[in-house]
Amino acid sequence: MSRTLSAPVTVAFDYTRSVGPVLGRFLGGLRDGRLVGARTSDGRVVVPPPEYDPVTHAATDDFVEVAATGTVTSWSWVPEPVKGQPLDRPFAFALVTLDGADVPLLHALDVASPADVSTGMRVRVRWAEERVGAITDIACFEPDGGFETGARAPSSTSESVVEEVAQQPSRNHEPVTTLTTPVSLDYLYAASPEESAFYRGLLEGRILGQRCPVCHKVYVPPRSACPVDGVATTDEVELAHVGTVTTFCIVNVPFLGQRITPPYVSAYVLLDGADIAFLHLILDVPAEEVRMGMRVEAVWKPRDEWGTTIENISHFRPTGEPDADFATYQQHL
Amino acid sequence: MRDVAVVGFAQRQMSEFDGSPTCVELLVPLFAECYEQTGWNRHDIGFWCSGSSDYLAGRSFSFVSAVDAIGVIPPVNESHVEMDAAWALYEAWLKIQTGEVDTALVYGFGKSSAGVLRRTLALQLDPYNMTPLWPDTVSLAGLQARAGIDAALWDERAMAEVVNRSLTDAEKNEYAVRRGGSSVDELLARPMYADPLRKHDCAPVTDGAAAIVLAADDRARSVADRPAWITSIAHSVDPISMGSRDLTRSPSAAAAARSADFDGLEVAELHAPFSHQELVLRSELGLPDDVRLNPSGGPLAGNPMFTGGLIRIGEAARRVWDGSASKVLGHATSGPALQQNLVCVMEGQS
Repeated sequence: MSRTLSAPVTVAFDYTRSVGPVLGRFLGGLRDGRLVGARTSDGRVVVPPPEYDPVTHAATDDFVEVAATGTVTSWSWVPEPVKGQPLDRPFAFALVTLDGADVPLLHALDVASPADVSTGMRVRVRWAEERVGAITDIACFEPDGGFETGARAPSSTSESVVEEVAQQPSRNHEPVTTLTTPVSLDYLYAASPEESAFYRGLLEGRILGQRCPVCHKVYVPPRSACPVDGVATTDEVELAHVGTVTTFCIVNVPFLGQRITPPYVSAYVLLDGADIAFLHLILDVPAEEVRMGMRVEAVWKPRDEWGTTIENISHFRPTGEPDADFATYQQHL
Repeated sequence: MRDVAVVGFAQRQMSEFDGSPTCVELLVPLFAECYEQTGWNRHDIGFWCSGSSDYLAGRSFSFVSAVDAIGVIPPVNESHVEMDAAWALYEAWLKIQTGEVDTALVYGFGKSSAGVLRRTLALQLDPYNMTPLWPDTVSLAGLQARAGIDAALWDERAMAEVVNRSLTDAEKNEYAVRRGGSSVDELLARPMYADPLRKHDCAPVTDGAAAIVLAADDRARSVADRPAWITSIAHSVDPISMGSRDLTRSPSAAAAARSADFDGLEVAELHAPFSHQELVLRSELGLPDDVRLNPSGGPLAGNPMFTGGLIRIGEAARRVWDGSASKVLGHATSGPALQQNLVCVMEGQS
């Protein structure tokens, strides 16, 4: 058994950004099947266009359309693609200098093996079937000429490519104003040794905390270091299943993923023997009757539903005892 | 300018840390080592600064959790950079220059193994036209390595020589996660991984943390026999776009070096996570042949994210402390393909 518990976690969110006039023009071009670059003060044509000139710092305004064909100036083989990359089979990342541009663009190149790619080789854009105004509107690059797996027959000149995509109905020349980038990252999230002991305790129906050897405060769930003294918490302490509500809020607002119908109470419960309150639900009582100082006890789920999770405790409910004196918990608010 | 020196250094490096991505439990013993080296406790530290990344930890404000390792009653003077902790050291050095504090503890941490590192780092790229393609760290370095090979600035043998020297030196480093030189020919006989890179050309995925103590003037003299005085420190940055810069160069490394005095340098710890990047740095920093490079084994032997650069400064400082060198360089990089570079020159007397 490993020292700590771990579980897979996926963190996912969509970044939505406004793109501004320069990138908007570039992304609008991609959506319409055109490659738009800009001429910088040193006379070079740069794709994607920089928002400001790197030398004069003036806003970019001299836009140039370049061809959908170009030359590989560097490449790197990707033997094990990771999630989100343009191709899910081995491919090359390449820097491609498009015809009419002076600096290269980074994108994927669809070839079967490293033997099929070389610096200086001629490539062409393979457009995505549906284009939305994003760099991924370029599905990837492919060798120019004689490539068989593309959805579209290769044509011999870049002009014909532009002509071909120009006939697509999506062309409207409106700039793109926003860009949404989905991000999803997978982790194997490990608990600290102290947190692991806490979760393993829950599997046995026990609530375990850790005591700081300097200030003797008891933390639950335990922390790897006492935030007051900065030393490892060393002593394991088993805590009572009853405690006092120190503060609470009544949840009235519905939100994505909510498991209980509002209104309900989320509260900090200071377990007897602990020095820090932890967050849980207060149920089996009308929300408006919950109050600071209320004595509550843990309600455990049936034992066959337990795991190494705080969800083993379904919720807390009032014990019916008289309220705790304010003095007993005023240092823990 | 105030005289500021490195007077404490502790580190851990491992291929897989069996603990939480906040690394709190990893930091506590490192701080304890720093207190032992200086004879101080946490109340003697005037400023705390860390380098780390929420994307490595997979949770927001992960650096705030790490503050537990300090102990924060009374509250502490604290800051954070979302990049290598070498830049946190720069911030701490500046803080001491303001005169507001005399001492600082700088730390970096990261559990690279919690996710897929080469993928996670795509989140530090241009979010409009790069991140959506998820270009991985190894591929971006490969584009740079190829550019130099095609331009005949270096070749696979020169890269393998860097690897062989690093892994041989790493045999003496107890923290190295990869060690053991063989021969250049043996390395070249190994298969390509991400053509033009072999696995040994790429720093291993490494978990870890490190801490460095800085002190000014007499505070430094009172805790160290031979403090590593910082005589030059500078950093600079290149455009993030891979297309608009010459990948065989690192103008920002050269710019940082121009702000520093390298005259008489004996040892340089270079933060080059890919073998060819050491060749780029050696050239851009203008290091003479007699400068000893990465006696610790360098990042090819272990490169904990957001800490690898800080470790270079600590390893270089140790050469001053033990008297084996009088003038040393610690270098750090951040961003894709040597985009950002920091140099920190330290000397035995000042």
